[in-house]
Amino acid sequence: MTESTIVEETPRLDRRADGRLVAGVCRGIADHLGLEVVIVRLAFSLLIIAGGVGCAAYIALWVLVPRRDEPAQRDWTQFAAYGALILGLSFLTWASGLAKAALWPLVVGGLGVAVLWQQADRNQRQRWLRTTTVPLRRMWLRSLLGAFLVIGGIGGFVAQRVNAAEAREVLIATAVILSGVAVIATPWLMRLWQDLDVERRERIRSQERAELAAHVHDSVLHTLTLIQRSAHDSREVQRLARSQERELRSWLYAPRADPDQTLAAAVQKIVGEVEDDHGVPIEVVCVGDCPLTATLGAMLQAAREAMVNAAKYAEAPSVSVYAEVSGDDVAIYVRDRGKGFDLDSIPEDRMGVRGSIIGRMERNGGTATVRTAPGEGTEVRLELKRR
Amino acid sequence: MTRVVLVDDHQMFRTGVKAELGPGIEVVGEAGDVDSAIDVIKSAAPDVVLLDVHLPGGGGIEVLRRLHGSVTPKFLALSVSDAAEDVIGVVRGGARGYVTKTISGPELTDAIGRVADDDAVFSPRLAGFVLDAFAATDAPSIDPELDQLTQREREVLRLIARGYAYKEIARELFISVKTVETHVSSVLRKLQLSNRHELSRWAAARRLV
Repeated sequence: MTESTIVEETPRLDRRADGRLVAGVCRGIADHLGLEVVIVRLAFSLLIIAGGVGCAAYIALWVLVPRRDEPAQRDWTQFAAYGALILGLSFLTWASGLAKAALWPLVVGGLGVAVLWQQADRNQRQRWLRTTTVPLRRMWLRSLLGAFLVIGGIGGFVAQRVNAAEAREVLIATAVILSGVAVIATPWLMRLWQDLDVERRERIRSQERAELAAHVHDSVLHTLTLIQRSAHDSREVQRLARSQERELRSWLYAPRADPDQTLAAAVQKIVGEVEDDHGVPIEVVCVGDCPLTATLGAMLQAAREAMVNAAKYAEAPSVSVYAEVSGDDVAIYVRDRGKGFDLDSIPEDRMGVRGSIIGRMERNGGTATVRTAPGEGTEVRLELKRR
Repeated sequence: MTRVVLVDDHQMFRTGVKAELGPGIEVVGEAGDVDSAIDVIKSAAPDVVLLDVHLPGGGGIEVLRRLHGSVTPKFLALSVSDAAEDVIGVVRGGARGYVTKTISGPELTDAIGRVADDDAVFSPRLAGFVLDAFAATDAPSIDPELDQLTQREREVLRLIARGYAYKEIARELFISVKTVETHVSSVLRKLQLSNRHELSRWAAARRLV
C-alpha cells in the first residue's frame, strides 16, 4: 500500500475523454461517486427510454460539466451495445403499450438496489478498511442516493395503485413494519459489527506478531551465519549462540516485562548485557518482583559490578545470579565457583569491591557481604529493605 | 547399569545425549512422539525415562498421564523451554525432576543416577519456580502441611536457586547430604500433591505478569 492510496480524495465532477462513449458524462459521474461506470450508463439509458428525461439530463451535463483532458478514441462497441439497448427497449415499451408509469418506478428501484449493492461490494470494503481517512462523504452520498432511488421506486409503484387517502395508510403501515424489522435486526447487526471489530483487531495483532517473528527469524539466520564464519573461535561462537538463545527464548516464553519498571526484568537485562560483553554464561533465577526505585537502581549497579568482577576475574565456567523479593526485603546473590580472592589483601585506596559494591550498598541503606577465599569461589550478597 | 529410554522429538538431540552419557548408563530405547514413547517404555521397562516436555501428540504430560498407575519407571523431565507452566505441569504430572537441555553430560549422568535412586533433581530454575509458587500469601490453605513449605525447606530451595550443590548446602546448613535430599523430596511431594487453588492457576497467571 503506497502512501498515495491512503488518503483518497473525491475527484471533482468533470468529463474525461478516455473511456468515454459519447461525451464522457457517465464516466465523470461514475468517478465522482465511486460507482461502476456500467451502472451510470444503464441509468442514463433507461432514463432515455422512459420519457426522454435522460436525453435532457445528459445534454445538460454535457454542456455544464467541464472537460478534463484531450479527446481520445471512443469505444465504439460499447456505444453500439448501449444504443441497441436503448432502441430495443424503446421499441418494446412502445409496441407492448406498457405504461411508462409502471416501468419507471421499477427502473428507479432497480438502480437504487444496484447502487446500494455496490456499497456492499467486498473490494470496496477492503479499500475502506485499509485507508486511514475513510471517505465518509462519498460513502454517505452513495448510500443516500441508493436509498433515495429505492424509496422513490417503491413510492412510485405504490402511488399508482392507491389513491391519496389510502396512500397515507400504506405509508404508516410501511413505517411500522420497517420499525419492527429494525428492532428485530438491530441486535443481530450489532453483534455482527462487534465480531467484525474483534476480528479486525485480531488480524492486526497477528500481523504485528508475524512481523516480530520475521525479525526474530532474521536474527537467528544472521547468528547462524556468523557462527559458521567464526567456527574457529570457540569463545566467540559460544557468545553468539548464548546471546541469540536469550533473545529467542525471551521472544518465545517471556511475558512483556519492562526492564525500566520492575526489578526482575531489570536484573535479566543486566545479566544479558554482562553476558554479551564478557562472554561468560550467567544463570539467573528471579523469585518475586517489585517496582523499581532509586535505591534499587543503586543496588542493581552494585550487582552489575559484582557480575562483571565474576566474569572478568574469577575464571569460572559460569556465574549464578539469584534475585529475591519477599515482602520488603530484596536480596541479590552473585556466585561463582572460580578461583576466589583474598578479601583482606585488596588495598584500601583502590575502588572496586570496597567502593562500588560495599560502599554503594551502605550509602543506600543496605548491606553487602562478600564471601570468598582463594580456590573457593566467591559469593556476593546484596541486601536491602525497600522501605 | 541404569537402563534409560530417551524420549525427545529432536533426533539430533537424542544422538547428542547418547554420546555424552557416562558409563553406568545404558540407553535401551528411543522415541520421538507420545504413542511410540508409550510402546517403547512398555516393552523395554527401563529404570529412568528422559522425557521431553514438548512432544507431538500431547507432550510429555500426556505420556505421564497415560502411564499413570501401571508400573512406571522414574521420569526426569528435560526441555529447552524453561517456561513455568511447562515445568510445573510436568512435575505435578509425576516427574521426579526437571533439567534444561543446556545441562552438561556429566551433570546429566549424575541427575539420572539420582533419579534412579529415587531422589528428586531440582535445577536452580525449578527451585525458583517452586519458591514463587509457594510464596506466602493470605489465601487460606486447605491442607497446611501440603500447601506450605517449612522454613528449612525454603532455605534449601533458596540455596539450590543460588547455585549450590547438595554438598555445599549440607555444609552451609550444618546438616548431612541425606537430610538435604530428604527435604528436596518432601518439596517435590508437596508440589505434586498440593491442591492449593492458586498453584494450578499460578502457572497460567505468570503469563500475564
